Amino acid sequence: MDISEKVIAIIAEQAVLDPSDVRPEHTLQDLGIDSLGLVESIFAIEEAFDISIPFNANDPTEGAFDISSVAAIIAAVQGLVQART
Amino acid sequence: MNRVVITGAGTINALGNDVPTTLAAMREGKCGIGPLEIRDLDRLSVQIGGQVRGYDELSHFNRQQIALYDRFTQFTLLAAAEAVAQSGLSFAGELSARSGVVLGTAGGGVNTWDENYRSVYEEGKNRVHPFVVPKLMNNAAASHVSIEYNLKGPAFTVATACASSNHAMGLAFQMIRSGMSTVMLTGGSESMLCFGGVKAWEGLRVMSKDACRPFSATRNGMVQGEGAGVFVFEDYEHARARGAEILAEVVGFAMTSDAADIVMPSKQGAARAIAGAISDAGLPRDCVGYINAHGTGTAANDKTECAAVADVFGPHADSLMISSTKSMHGHLIGGTGAVELLACIMALRDGVIAPTIGYEEPDPECALDVVPNEARDAQVDVVLSNAFAFGGFNAVLALRRI
Repeated sequence: MDISEKVIAIIAEQAVLDPSDVRPEHTLQDLGIDSLGLVESIFAIEEAFDISIPFNANDPTEGAFDISSVAAIIAAVQGLVQART
Repeated sequence: MNRVVITGAGTINALGNDVPTTLAAMREGKCGIGPLEIRDLDRLSVQIGGQVRGYDELSHFNRQQIALYDRFTQFTLLAAAEAVAQSGLSFAGELSARSGVVLGTAGGGVNTWDENYRSVYEEGKNRVHPFVVPKLMNNAAASHVSIEYNLKGPAFTVATACASSNHAMGLAFQMIRSGMSTVMLTGGSESMLCFGGVKAWEGLRVMSKDACRPFSATRNGMVQGEGAGVFVFEDYEHARARGAEILAEVVGFAMTSDAADIVMPSKQGAARAIAGAISDAGLPRDCVGYINAHGTGTAANDKTECAAVADVFGPHADSLMISSTKSMHGHLIGGTGAVELLACIMALRDGVIAPTIGYEEPDPECALDVVPNEARDAQVDVVLSNAFAFGGFNAVLALRRI
């Protein structure tokens, strides 16, 4: 499973959807993921990739980690995984 | 219904080891938040807190006591000693039977859990000290206060997260008002500034890494604190008959539940508690001059709380003052309402309104007079203390000058 598939699987699980229903252009809001679900998704992604995501729930849009869409999250995770290696 | 007054106060927290020092720090807008000094700090991403610094348990308690007293119990006993000494009460005979203690704490002996988990999991030990259970239990502090002062009436602990102390003090108030008790020691305590205690909060991603700035547009989360506040609540006639010095009158209390979300606050739930406390006091809403806010410095709490206050008070919301002293002592979780009640007493007795420090920039969603950065002289007759907890529990107290 590549990074993209793994991130989508995590988001799909949080949204209680089938991974095939999660599209890159979707926002987390589109998928019905609330602030608590977002924090859980971030945690699951950190655990899955052994990375640390800069994220403050007080202002989710402010940090360096782009959560504006599924595609943006995948790109940000790819960046963090690359930076790790 | 009996009237209820406060005849003693005690505390230990990041701002001071007693009430006079704490109030002086609040007047000066001092910040008690700083770098944490705890084990394994390098593995924490949040490294600040309102810690009680330079604290040496051996200078207050002997080895046998320390074997039984977790840090939250020690803080409670120190605060209780100050409060009882100020009240001048001693408990014997009928008064002892009619007096009790109800305290708030969210986590109880968190340091004891942490140390002993470490010893069995990390260090692989197979034996723990025989008093681990009586040391860590949430009611340990209330029990030791009861033992220390011979309080033989109602005694228990309330655990409603960040509203614990306010719930405890509200119940103590109701017990005296209804005639169930003559005197109640009440307030709360918390001590979870240890690796596990901070790590758990870190997980929620709502903690600030630099400062607690309630109501400021630049706020970026809450900061944990620790300590205790204990008060002597007393039947007014009993206090008057013995010529006690009265610090303030407790006039109203209300508690509500949001019945909605486990962590997101609700404007309606908060507003119902605020309005309820004033109506319980039988006072008009526009007599409230100051509110000690829950004001955690999170995005969610501060805007919800301001909206609730605006809803309850209408145009009067613009003429009252509301400040969050968490900016100075941090969020004491289950003990927070108790330490914050000191700011309410200072407002009523000394005419000094504690500031919200760390305030940098107005937030249109928190457009109230938050007493930014500097304390203010103002005479107020009625004050409120707000506490809104995870789990959706809200508890608000109303106090009056006497």
